[in-house]
Amino acid sequence: MSRTIILDEIVPPRAPWSHLVRKGETLRIIDLEGNQSADFLMYAAADDTERYSAQDTIAAQRNVYLRAGSMLYSNEGNPMALVAATDVAYHDTIGGACSRESNTLRYGFHTLSHHACVENFLDANLRDGRGKRDMVSNINWFMNVPVEADGTLGIVDGISAPGLHVDLLAQMDLVAVVSNCPQINNPCNGFNPTALRMVIAGPS
Amino acid sequence: MSTTANPQGAQLHARAMGDTRIETMPTLPASAAATRPPGVAADHMLWETTLPAGGYAGKELRRGARLQLQDLYGDACVSMLVFNAERPVERFNVADTIKVQWNAYLGAGKLLLSDMGRVLMSLIDDGAGTHDMFCGASTAHSNAQAYGDGDNWGAHPNARDRLALAAGKFGLGRKDIHPCINWFKGVRIAGDGATELQGGPFAPGRSVTLRAEMNVIVVLANCPHRLDARVAYTVTPVRASAWRGTPTPADDPIRNATPEGLRAFLNVDDYFCR
Repeated sequence: MSRTIILDEIVPPRAPWSHLVRKGETLRIIDLEGNQSADFLMYAAADDTERYSAQDTIAAQRNVYLRAGSMLYSNEGNPMALVAATDVAYHDTIGGACSRESNTLRYGFHTLSHHACVENFLDANLRDGRGKRDMVSNINWFMNVPVEADGTLGIVDGISAPGLHVDLLAQMDLVAVVSNCPQINNPCNGFNPTALRMVIAGPS
Repeated sequence: MSTTANPQGAQLHARAMGDTRIETMPTLPASAAATRPPGVAADHMLWETTLPAGGYAGKELRRGARLQLQDLYGDACVSMLVFNAERPVERFNVADTIKVQWNAYLGAGKLLLSDMGRVLMSLIDDGAGTHDMFCGASTAHSNAQAYGDGDNWGAHPNARDRLALAAGKFGLGRKDIHPCINWFKGVRIAGDGATELQGGPFAPGRSVTLRAEMNVIVVLANCPHRLDARVAYTVTPVRASAWRGTPTPADDPIRNATPEGLRAFLNVDDYFCR
């Protein structure tokens, strides 16, 4: 990106991150070490009752996977961000965010105290006047959830690699919230949560 | 002179309407329901209503109650949200529902999971098999594109704004409108991720029956599916009925069907330890 760099920072493993991205700016998320799920939500900066909607996005593009060219829609049907580029074949928006509570179902009650993405989303949102009602189905950049013919699905080994990225071109002023996924009970982070790099670039 | 020029005349006029019966209306009391499921006593009925095209409803149900939705003419599409009635910040979570059960599709025996690792409702009977958890409710925007308008006050109300009105009457707001289920219209996922609508119309009379596993608020909207390509706003009436039932026993086959589901029921049991 030969554009003005507004922000360039590292999200440590397991940590939340949140930042304003203005219309026309591009948020690049870089999977530094490969196969690190970047759980992602966004809210309209002007009115956070408008937020990313996985179902509206899926219905609009008639496909459950996010690829280069996918437009990400809000619950009001407005374009929020364009997947302007990505060197990963597809990303997930049906698998949701891990939580302490769902971990108890998926892996056993011994995982209740494991840190989880819902904790990160809630932590970041609570600092910004939002709360649990603002949790909706999210995007998992760099996460692989195949759906088989009979509907069988699951989080399986990733298809990302060190240094691969996704570029999101903001279509409105938005607040991006990321959970650098701390999950260690499935392959979404290669069983080893690693850092992400976030770069916000000005309009071209 | 008009018959409604004074309060007495207006009262006569109003009261003359009171016994009007149409198809798409509630039955009160519910014990007078025209059709009861086999084996359900009249005094166990909790609710019967028939929603028109574009109609909506909300109902609070106690743990153990059954809820049946019947697609009377084969072209209903019922968007549904579910909340914990005691604490509605806990609500249906579509991603956890598919992820925890390792499957994308609803069918008999499937659980509707909350975002707190608990079972809100279980699907105890499915006579349809075509449902959707991916494409969500229609919106003012999508109905405007499809039909020219999508407003609550117009001819083509959209499912999300209907759900918002239904939820609003329980004190809930737009932030409480979460990703929904669509009953009776199916979406299947192709190998490349493409969504394939199973849009019908289907045989009349197909139904689904759910069991409340917690005290829940259910809100429903009967609007055309988001992917329905028909030019006309096409959706037919749906009947919703509910009746009393006992909470799920420890040896229930649905409760014990999978280790993940059993832990979700154990989380419900834990919630009710008070």
